[in-house]
Amino acid sequence: MSDEILVMRGITKRFAGVTALHDVTLSVRRGEIHAICGENGAGKSTLMKVLSGVHPHGSYEGDIVFEGEPCAFGGVRDSERRGIVIIHQELALCGQLSIAENLFLGNERAKRGFIDWNRTNHAAGALLARVGLRENPTTPVHDLGVGKQQLVEIAKALAKDVKLLILDEPTAALNDDDSAHLLDLLDGLRDEGITSVIISHKLNEVTRISDSITILRDGRTIETLPAKDVTEDRIISGMVGRDLEHRFPPRTPKIGDEVLRIEDWTVHSPSQPDRVVVDNANLVLRRGEIVGLAGLMGAGRTELAMSVFGRSYGVGISGRVVKDGREIDTRTVRKAIEHGLAYVSEDRKRYGLNLIQDVKLNVSAAGLEKLATRGWVNENEEHSVAERYRRSMNIKTPSVATPTASLSGGNQQKVVLAKWMFTDPDVLILDEPTRGIDVGAKYEIYSIINDLADQGRAVLVISSELPELLGLCDRVYTLSEGRITGELDRAEATQERLMHHMTQGQTS
Amino acid sequence: MTTKTAATPAAQQAGPPQRRFTINLRQSGIYIAFALIVLLFTVLTDGALLTPQNISNIIVQNSYVLILAIGMILVIIGGHIDLSVGSVVALTGAICAVLTVQMGLPWPLAVLITLLAGAVIGAAQGYWVAFFGIPAFIVTLAGMLVFRALTLTVLGNQGIGPFPDQIRTLANGFTEGYLGNVGLGPLGGADLLSLLVGVAVVAGFAFNQWRNRKARLAYGQVVDPFPIFVAKIALAAAVVLAVVVQLARFRNLPWVLVLLAVLALGYSVMANKSVFGRHIYAIGGNLQAATLSGVKVKQVTFWVFVNMGLLSALAGVIFAGRLNQAGPTAGNAFELDAIAAAFIGGAAVQGGVGRVVGAITGGLIMGVINNGMSLIGAPSERVMLVKGLVLLAAVAYDVWTKRRGRA
Repeated sequence: MSDEILVMRGITKRFAGVTALHDVTLSVRRGEIHAICGENGAGKSTLMKVLSGVHPHGSYEGDIVFEGEPCAFGGVRDSERRGIVIIHQELALCGQLSIAENLFLGNERAKRGFIDWNRTNHAAGALLARVGLRENPTTPVHDLGVGKQQLVEIAKALAKDVKLLILDEPTAALNDDDSAHLLDLLDGLRDEGITSVIISHKLNEVTRISDSITILRDGRTIETLPAKDVTEDRIISGMVGRDLEHRFPPRTPKIGDEVLRIEDWTVHSPSQPDRVVVDNANLVLRRGEIVGLAGLMGAGRTELAMSVFGRSYGVGISGRVVKDGREIDTRTVRKAIEHGLAYVSEDRKRYGLNLIQDVKLNVSAAGLEKLATRGWVNENEEHSVAERYRRSMNIKTPSVATPTASLSGGNQQKVVLAKWMFTDPDVLILDEPTRGIDVGAKYEIYSIINDLADQGRAVLVISSELPELLGLCDRVYTLSEGRITGELDRAEATQERLMHHMTQGQTS
Repeated sequence: MTTKTAATPAAQQAGPPQRRFTINLRQSGIYIAFALIVLLFTVLTDGALLTPQNISNIIVQNSYVLILAIGMILVIIGGHIDLSVGSVVALTGAICAVLTVQMGLPWPLAVLITLLAGAVIGAAQGYWVAFFGIPAFIVTLAGMLVFRALTLTVLGNQGIGPFPDQIRTLANGFTEGYLGNVGLGPLGGADLLSLLVGVAVVAGFAFNQWRNRKARLAYGQVVDPFPIFVAKIALAAAVVLAVVVQLARFRNLPWVLVLLAVLALGYSVMANKSVFGRHIYAIGGNLQAATLSGVKVKQVTFWVFVNMGLLSALAGVIFAGRLNQAGPTAGNAFELDAIAAAFIGGAAVQGGVGRVVGAITGGLIMGVINNGMSLIGAPSERVMLVKGLVLLAAVAYDVWTKRRGRA
């Protein structure tokens, strides 16, 4: 037992009625690289937040034993004092400050309250050498690429005398060279005796670098495997499980002609214009068809959808959008709506709803022109439209004059759907339509999606939940690193096959 | 995706249904507060606050701030701020003075050109905010300095006046007693035309409410029970008639009151019922959601600033007309009064919430405090102190009701 640096036992974490982690166990040996794998939403990041004190002691059940001592972290500072450092997916660096300032932020090399710049920059130089980053410590961080920023984060962890380093999707935003360098660095740190826990979707990296692998699914520990001789397929079957736990309303698809075709669609990242986010994607949607778009975190699903919908994401966009055989202009959201496109975003609170306004105003927001004559809104008509959707979609609200902020997640999602249904679109793109929604409401949302397809509309569903795509869709595209890597019909699609296509591309 | 797991369940713990009640309290709290403040100063001043001449004074003295508040509430609903309006008031007043006094243009033409100048000023600032993406705080802070500087340039550092009679009448004057006076028993004589206008306004209001009610019933919506419907109209009618009677007993209706009434009505309808007005609320409520719903965010923002410039010019003409002179220090700190009026009137700091009538009530609250405290002989520093605390209390109340609504 003595070689176990960390043991987490019986960890259960609930958020307002939803159990994110259920009796999770994790034990990490000293000096190893331990990978945690699981689907989106399996609970990996939540577990790491419990460990690092982001979710403080008392907000979860279970025990954490680090280096043989039980721990009760009240916050990140407590865990860092013990030598546990977490590096989040979104890097936590101050872009305007220099590398050296970032390395010692909150941990300054100072004499009587004044920073000793010579000592700071000297120590920074030594740390940068350890992570193999050849940069002047006084360089501002925003001048560095993401790969180098990642190294700065690791150097920052080393500055805190890290014993256990946690990396959440460290290579998700990196190119191949930077990824390889990072993995080499982790190898090197292992030789120095630093233990790492790495969360990654890139199974080829996981099998290459890690010593053991713990698989989480739906907030539970499924198994811990020694990484030696484990294949990617073996990991995938652990991640997806076998059971289709959700039920889906029955539907007989009536698929018609092609309505929308996306050709050679390429999108670049707005923050790094040389990085390709969507790479030459081709998709076809037909009337009455529900098509799925599967992909792991960072595969470019939302980026693809939003770039098509009024160029709401990305720069350097090229490609064609063809509707009913004619190329259409979707350069602005307005034009996209006029051409019969609708996009329901994955984050309804940020991108979908005006939370301080009532249901009625949210329902009418995208189709307000339809309710207006010469610029004046017919409020009574607006009220009846909202009332009609409230009844037909079973939106649970005291009235259509209730602010949307007070509705549950499922009912908020119905309001967003109603908003887009009112624009009478031919093509709906639904980005994570059931995220954060309880099972009962999910069934209702699925029924609404089925109805939309039965009305002859084409629906593109983006989802992280593979069972959802399998239960709902007639056809599923897989996206990996911005490329369409597969297209499977309902009959041939299985979770294993989808996951295989979703993780391919990194190997090639 | 796993990082989002923490955020996802939070979506399900959305607020309880009682929020509807607190929203109502948020909206009506301002009118109750106004009534209480009027009552307080009526008692403190032994009724001097509500004498015919004093009511007239409150309206005339605050008219320009109220006009600015109408423009400001739209800017604030849209999620922005305008710090330049005081300087724009000064500059447009100066332009109007140059056009009429120095160049001798006929007054309607001069006013028209001044209003256009205001719109151009608004367009210039709106361009930087909407299309260039500089925060309105910065753009209008620069505008505050630039337009004050231009005022001094135009005026050559001295006042220009006197204005033509018509402009002075618009700012300071009263409707003529075209129909003579009638006796009101113990209240003495009162202007018949003013009374008739008051009755017509009340009748129009009642008719409109009744028509709306009928239309809503035809659409199968829930409406107030009939007695409450009648009581609400009766209350509003009583307040309007009381003010009109008092004004009729003094010197008829001030022209600025007529102007204000038209603006308040027009802008209320615009904000609530026009596509443009709705888009302002949508932008302030959630910029990204509005963008993704096809709202032309930049255009709407631009026109909101054009409108603010136009109303600032109107306030500039009226203020200069009232003083009968365009001076270099005109409009000093008016932006603060207008912003305070909007926030006291229930605008949310982060945008998306607010009503035109609320902003006017907020302006009147400050006007009554100013007037009432000077009637009881309070020194000006104490008036400033009270106004500051009222502003803080109003926004604190707003934040508090919102938090309670969420908890």
